[in-house]
Amino acid sequence: MTDPPLLSARGLSLAFDRVPALAGVDLDLWPGEVLAVVGESGSGKTSLLNVLSGRLRPDGGVACYRDPDGALHDVHAMAAPDLRRLHRSDWGFVHQDPRQSLRMAVSAGGNVGERLMAAGARHYGDIRTVATAWLERVEIDPRRIDDLPRTFSGGMLQRLQIARTLATRPRLVFMDEPTGGLDVSVQARLLDLVRGLVRDLGIASVLVTHDLAVARLLAQRIAVMRGGRVVETGLTDQVLDDPQHPYTQLLVSSVLQV
Amino acid sequence: MAYVAVKGGEQAIAAAHAWRAEARRGDPAVSKLEPAQIEGQLGRAVERVMAEGSLYDRGLAALAIAQAEGDLIEAAFLLRAYRTTLPRFGVSLPLDTTAMAIQRRISAVFKDLPGGQVLGPTTDYTHRLIDFALPAQDLPPAAPMAEPDPAPMPRVADLLAAEGLIRPDPADAGEPADLTRAPPALPLPRAARLQGLARGDEGFLLGMGYSTQRGYGGSHPFAGEIRMGAVSVEIIPDELGFAIDIGDVVLTECQMVNQFHGTKTEPARFTTGYGLAFGQADRRAMSMALVDRALQAGDLGEDVTAPAQDAEFVLSHADNIEATGFVEHLKLPHYVDFQSEIEAVRRLHAQARAHAEAEAAE
Amino acid sequence: MNGYNFAYLDEQTKRMIRRAILKAIAIPGHQVPFASREMPLPYGWGTGGIQVTASILGSHDVLKVIDQGADDTTNAVSIRRFFARTAGVRTTTRTEDATVIQTRHRIPETTLTARQILVYQVPQPEPLYRLEPSRAEGRRMHGLAEYGAMHVKLYEDIARYGQVAISYDYPVMVNHRYLTSPSPIPAFDNPKLHRMPALQLFGAGREKRIYAIPPYTDVRSLDFEDHPFRPHRAQAACALCGARGSYLDEVIIDDRGGRMFVCSDTDYCAGRRAAGHVGTEGAAA
Repeated sequence: MTDPPLLSARGLSLAFDRVPALAGVDLDLWPGEVLAVVGESGSGKTSLLNVLSGRLRPDGGVACYRDPDGALHDVHAMAAPDLRRLHRSDWGFVHQDPRQSLRMAVSAGGNVGERLMAAGARHYGDIRTVATAWLERVEIDPRRIDDLPRTFSGGMLQRLQIARTLATRPRLVFMDEPTGGLDVSVQARLLDLVRGLVRDLGIASVLVTHDLAVARLLAQRIAVMRGGRVVETGLTDQVLDDPQHPYTQLLVSSVLQV
Repeated sequence: MAYVAVKGGEQAIAAAHAWRAEARRGDPAVSKLEPAQIEGQLGRAVERVMAEGSLYDRGLAALAIAQAEGDLIEAAFLLRAYRTTLPRFGVSLPLDTTAMAIQRRISAVFKDLPGGQVLGPTTDYTHRLIDFALPAQDLPPAAPMAEPDPAPMPRVADLLAAEGLIRPDPADAGEPADLTRAPPALPLPRAARLQGLARGDEGFLLGMGYSTQRGYGGSHPFAGEIRMGAVSVEIIPDELGFAIDIGDVVLTECQMVNQFHGTKTEPARFTTGYGLAFGQADRRAMSMALVDRALQAGDLGEDVTAPAQDAEFVLSHADNIEATGFVEHLKLPHYVDFQSEIEAVRRLHAQARAHAEAEAAE
Repeated sequence: MNGYNFAYLDEQTKRMIRRAILKAIAIPGHQVPFASREMPLPYGWGTGGIQVTASILGSHDVLKVIDQGADDTTNAVSIRRFFARTAGVRTTTRTEDATVIQTRHRIPETTLTARQILVYQVPQPEPLYRLEPSRAEGRRMHGLAEYGAMHVKLYEDIARYGQVAISYDYPVMVNHRYLTSPSPIPAFDNPKLHRMPALQLFGAGREKRIYAIPPYTDVRSLDFEDHPFRPHRAQAACALCGARGSYLDEVIIDDRGGRMFVCSDTDYCAGRRAAGHVGTEGAAA
């Protein structure tokens, strides 16, 4: 690897009520790479996502982000304004429930435009053009640009959240079970879309999912978590086709049975 | 005909005030209501006005009630506006409610306890039937008297605390804040929250406290203790350097005892909600205690989901003087803003019309 | 008035308020918390403006009080009388003669000068409150200058109505830093905020905030490059003085849809009539 990693974590630990959520987690993410974090619920994968993105402070360990100028930033030592600016520009966060990030009382166009305006866009026509293009890109009929999200289906809401998140062209996107609440048929279409977008835009992503099929489709690398530890990590196909750790073997076999 | 703009008119205002004053007096054939009668016979109203007016002065509160024609919020407002002009000579020492000259002391959590249950003056156990004989009655039959029990009356919360069953109140650092002298900085410390609640609207406190019992932020309250009686107020004047007694105030104090599940560092224990009110005011003190406990949710690591647990929401809307002023200010003229709204709506109408005509022409 | 200090408030309180005012002037547009006192007027009726006025008033000042632009509206009369009683200062209705002007909902038409102070009564100092009701979160947004949500509101208006539909209390950026409420003045008045020679002080009593726009400060009404801010007024001339550039009140004169427009600024209108201007319904003064 010639490029240095975009995001690096060493020795992350965290406990809730004496129950460890993370125990000594190391992780590297390279530019343009999708890393899937898989495991059962309670394995610590969502805690890891929240710690990496600065939304939770770890009890120990450090997570560093490399900005476009090559400077390293300790995510948890950053001043609140800087971290928030990062979340509005260079970073994105896709929640399982799109209602968590969308403004439900604001039109689809306004939702996509908000990040542009927060980044300083002040030309209504341009904002609208960009919003229209993004709606098309996520396969939402641009004629619905002035409709409120509450009139959208679950799949559309998730696609709108993705458009909103990607409108400022972030380098790093955190995804928390992005297909979690959706029907299987809707999931497939969304996965296709996300795969295309991530590839075309060269976005790096930490993707949390309990679904190995999602990981297989989207991620180049995979980290398997159990009890707050990464028990196995490697190239996705390698890990899923030839799992080494007994827990990974169990996970893979239980998927195959389904 | 030349148009003459209406003059709002000092005359009209003076006449309106004169009319109100006349209405306040009522039928001249009926004798005038004296503040002393209000002070003596409408004691609960006086006490509520003192609490919401944040000033312990029965005579002044009675006068305010008379002036406000029994509108208790208006009376509290009069008291507040007077209070704000008073110089502050000193600050009292913390009142010692364990040394209260008890008139009433009940606990719902113990059948009996040191000092016993003392019902005091109450209507709690009456049937709420209008007493048609009341107007004819001059003096009620004398109430039976007993010697005060010399036994000490420890507070129930202190009894439980001695056993380690109550989570001690975290001590606020330094002098408690005074909301009337310093701008409140959110999040408010508990002392400031208690002050805000103590002067809050009784109806609002009641509704908020009630909502916690109906599942909106509930915490399984028990009325640990309600006590009412006179407490002496002491100050230390700068020139003396020791405490002197400057008089008594009658207070109702309520300590609610609530469940608490504990956290990763703390075992499960009881917690308390605290209520304090001027005069005999069970409802007010109990409501305050419920809300105080609900507002501790954040500090205790409980989920903050209900209105009564949201300190900013509760304390920004509890003050009835602020609330009534802002609600009633809507009757002041707003015609400049309304004019700009009319113009905006007309512009939009014209635009829609032009649009429709252009489409029709196509 | 017997038993009360000059201009009602005690001197310590005035000092506290003046300190808040100085801080507000030092950080244009930033809301400074202050220990608002209970006043003998109800909250929402100008308690913030009154406290600011009381704190800056000296015995040589000449005070003008307007509400809706007029000197003779009930609340203006009440507040003017309050200061005449408690401070014994001279009062006036002439804008040029006043050193301190307390206002609710308008900026006078007559251009103010560097020797004048304009005190606004403010019901709701937080421009973000409709988008974010929590004042704690609002403070964070100000601290980080995160005003994207306000632009979303403007965007939504244009998407829905083809134009920004805020007609009064139109939000402004003060000194390129703080999003600020100009108080509920009509948007027509917003351009007057920009680089005004007079000091502008804003007092919100119930919300316990003071803020300021120092003289000659840049004040920009929020807009988009392709939808620039435009002040509006009724398309008419004042029926009394014929003015075409002033803000107009609409007066309903009968129940058959008859109406006329007159200057909202009563002093401005009277001044024009005294100078010989006559409208369609007016008689020369």
